Formats: sequence, C-alpha cells, structure tokens
Amino acid sequence: MSAVVASESFLERAPLQLRDAVVAYFPEALQWLVHHLITITVILTVFGLFFAFTTIAERKLLGRLQNRLGPNRTGLPFFKNLRLFGLTQPFADAVKALTKEDIVPANADKLLHFLAPVVVVSFSLLGFAVLPYGRNLIPVELDAAVLYFFAAGAATELAIFMAGWASRNKYSLLAAMRALAQLISYELPLLLSVVPVIIVTSTLSTQDIVLAQGGWLFGFLPQWHVFTPWGLAGFLIFLVAALAETNRSPFDLPEAESELIAGHLTEYSGFKYALFFMAEYFGLTALCGLGITLFLGGWQAPFPFLEFIPSYLWFGMKLVAMIMFFIWLRGTLLRLRIDQLTRLAWQFMVPLALINLGNAGFWILTTDWSGPMQILRWGVSIALIVVPFFFIGRRLSLGRGPRTYSYATS
Amino acid sequence: MTLALILIACVMLGSAAVAVTLRNLIHSALLLVFTWASIGAFYLWAGAQFIAFAQILIYVGAVSMIVLFAMLLTRQGQGTELPIGSASIMRALSALLAGGGVAGVLIGAILGSPLDVATSAPAAISVKQLGEQLMGPHAAALLVVGIILTVALIGAVLLAAVDPKEQPEDIT
Repeated sequence: MSAVVASESFLERAPLQLRDAVVAYFPEALQWLVHHLITITVILTVFGLFFAFTTIAERKLLGRLQNRLGPNRTGLPFFKNLRLFGLTQPFADAVKALTKEDIVPANADKLLHFLAPVVVVSFSLLGFAVLPYGRNLIPVELDAAVLYFFAAGAATELAIFMAGWASRNKYSLLAAMRALAQLISYELPLLLSVVPVIIVTSTLSTQDIVLAQGGWLFGFLPQWHVFTPWGLAGFLIFLVAALAETNRSPFDLPEAESELIAGHLTEYSGFKYALFFMAEYFGLTALCGLGITLFLGGWQAPFPFLEFIPSYLWFGMKLVAMIMFFIWLRGTLLRLRIDQLTRLAWQFMVPLALINLGNAGFWILTTDWSGPMQILRWGVSIALIVVPFFFIGRRLSLGRGPRTYSYATS
Repeated sequence: MTLALILIACVMLGSAAVAVTLRNLIHSALLLVFTWASIGAFYLWAGAQFIAFAQILIYVGAVSMIVLFAMLLTRQGQGTELPIGSASIMRALSALLAGGGVAGVLIGAILGSPLDVATSAPAAISVKQLGEQLMGPHAAALLVVGIILTVALIGAVLLAAVDPKEQPEDIT
C-alpha cells in the first residue's frame, strides 16, 4: 500500500491510519503478518457482506421488475415485530444452506466433488487483491496486476470441469462442457477488450491505469476511458463478455434452471451448492471492479466539485451502480440459445474487439493532433468502430429475422 | 528464501511423480495442471512476475482445457481407469532411453550455457521494460511467433470448417 500523504483529507486517510494504529499494538516481528491479515479480513468482510446484500437486492429488484414484492418477511430472531423490509433474508439463507443435508452421489469422485466448490470460491476471491479501492487503498500493488487478475480467474474453468466430471452424471458432464464452451468463447473478447486500455496507458498496474484517467478536460469534464470512442466500444464489449463469463442472464445457460436443472451443479446440494453461487457473485463483483478500474475512472470523482467525497466511496457507488445495472439486465433480457451465444462471441464480438484494438492504436498515434485535427481524430475513431458495428451486425442477422410465429399474432 | 525454493520444488516434483503413477487419467491430468501452477510459483519465487502470471493464465487456463477435452473426446468406453499390463523389459528400456535422451540434452544445454553466477542479484525488471525489449531488439522473434500462431489458427479453422452445403438447416 502506498504511503499516506498528510495533505489529503481526513476521511481519505482514516482507513489506513486506523490500520496502522492497530498494527502498532503488535510486536515488531509480527507487524507485517498483522498488516496483511487485517487487509485480508477487511476484504473478506466487506465483500462477504456485499455478496449477502447483493443477493437480497437482486431478489427484491427482480421482484419489483416482475411486479411482485420479493422477500419481505424475514425478521430478527427475538424481535417479532421488527421486519426491516426482509433485509435479514441473506442470513436466513445462509443458515438454511448450512443446515441442509449434503448429498454426495455414491458413484461420485468424492475428493474432486468436494474440491470443486472450494477451488472456485478461493480463486474467485484472489481477484480482489489487485483492485484499487481508493486513492491509497489497494491491497497488493503489482506491476502486472491486470495479468494477475485474469490468471486468478483461470481456475474457475477447471473447477467447473471438476464439478461436472466428479458428479459421475452424464448430464452434469455435458452441462459442464457447455459451460466451458461458453467461458472459453467469451474469455477472448473479454481479454481483447482490456488490451486497448493497456496499449493507451502503457502499463499493467491497476493503480497507474486509474491515475491515467485523472485530471479534467476544460476544467470540469472527467477523462475516463469510457468517454473516448475506443473506450466506449471496449467498455461495451467488456460488459457483454463479463456477463457471459459470470453466467449472468441473458447468458445463464450453464445453469438454466428450467431446462438443465442447474447443469453441472445438478449433483450438488446444501452448502456446496451455495458456494458455487457465492463464487459467481464474487466473480461478478470483481469483474465489475475491474471494469470500473479500466474504463470508469476507478475511484476518481466524476466532477471536480464532488472530490470532497472520499475516493473509496466513489468506487463503492460505481460498483453498486454496475451491479444494479446487471440485475436490471437480468430482469429485462431473455436467455440466448447456445448456438446464438457462440455465434455472438466468435462472429461479432471478437472481430469488433480486434478492430477496436486497431482503433486504440490510431488513438495513440494521433495524440499530438490539435485544433481542427482533434475533431478529425474523434471522427475517424468513431467511424472506425461504428461502421464495422453496422456491417458485422447486418451480416450476423442476415437471413435470420424477423422471426415469424405460426401460432401467435403480435 | 532457500526453504521456499525447496518447498516449491518438492511440491512440483511430487505432484509430477504422483501424476505419472496414478491410474486414473483425469486425476493425472488435474495433478499435471497443479504441477504447471507450481512452476508458476517457482517463477514468482525467482522474481519473474510477468512470466509467472502468464504461465498460470496459459497453462492452468488454456492448455489444461485442451488436455481435458482431448482426454474426454478421444477415450472410448466407460471407464477412466487405464488398464496397463505388467511392465516388460522392452517397455522399461524404451522409457529409459526416451527419458535419458531428454535428460541428456537438457543437462548438456544447461552445462554448455555460460552462467554469471558471481554477479549480484539484478534489479527486478518491470513489465514495461520487458515490453520495450520485446518490441525493440526482439521484435523479429515476436513477429515470427505471431506468424506461427496465426498459421496454427488458420489451420485449426480449416480443419474445423464444414462445407456449408453439408450443414443441416439452421433454425431461424
């Protein structure tokens, strides 16, 4: 973690000073250990609670989107009349998952069946280590942080394979293969959408990427990457790929409760089943955090006069906004079929991401253009992404629509 | 530092040895993935952060999938237990020959290359310096690697491509 600068506001310094004060109580030899343990505990607590409240927010919001109330009955154990709008629901869910019977199929590979949820949760937590949560709040400052983030996520695919194979159930195995096909297909556009940011900022360190988005255009406009043509295109590709990577609707085919009875999770029950969902939400949160870091200015405030709000609160607000957006999408969009899903990835998003890579190259080569040339720079950059979007999009839907229904009238 | 190296080496070699002796193919493959991950840990120990993460990303993320898919798609029959007959002299001899050959080439190469053991520990190389080296003095090598990978990709596409006439009618 970076050193505290005395000139910064009290709220900006408070978390680090609190940590240093606690660390100072311990003997010299143990201080490094306590220092890291505090960081780990804080991350686990904050994101564990964030996970809990994401589930309740998701259920309530989805309820509202579908014109029903959502869970609102759960109260506190000893206060009969205090319901708190059902906000204690996640804790009741946790108790339920913990006390459920854990069924392992007789033929299952017991060790791998047990290891799969453990691996998926532990690796999905690793990504949180390199996200800059605030001006001074970054758990581990790595030179190759972006690469680390994706390396940490690599093991989820292995865990899904382990889950599907160890169940010794052919439907689980087939569903795991489908899930892997989806994850591998969307890994490519996800990585390709991140590369332009690395080209333009010429660094792999997350903190440096956030710092590169600082400063104000004309004194009040933020210079986030999402406000450039290549950045906007990259961000949109990143959003779609992140949705697919975390098995969120409209790409939630791996689970597909109604058709596949939760796919590779068919043979899981109780807490192990809950662990997979925990990992999914952790992965979603971490990817949202990475998206904020790369494209949405990280912990930077959107306007200069709002800078008095501490940086970590800005990060939190952006994170909540992104999660809400994903929940909204889940309530709005329909699930894709597997052939539509892979076609979208390979025929649409990968070519667009590659073109966007060239776009970022153009942007970096024309940094010294000024005056009217600046307008030309923006125009060419926008054209470079909009024109292929329409052409590839038209080719993709050629001869596939509009759909006619035999038995329904619109 | 040395203790960490010994630990990493033990885990790496141990998992590799167990992977070879296991009868269950999937377990062997997963242990092999574990071995690759511990090689990544070794790179981290040596201070090569970029190589370590790239190793994890490529081997644990991608190559492992190829191994597992190939195993599941090619194995016929139900069981994953690999029946291996009792070891014959021929088999043992050929294994020794192949293993010994690879070991000989590797040891020869290591002993033949000059090592600057006496120099003090070099400063940690940042990813930026690594990139500048790759794009500057070693750009030709990078381009050649890129061309080889592109050729492989085009080959894979050609192999996987189906004549459009043969494709069944796609439901619109």
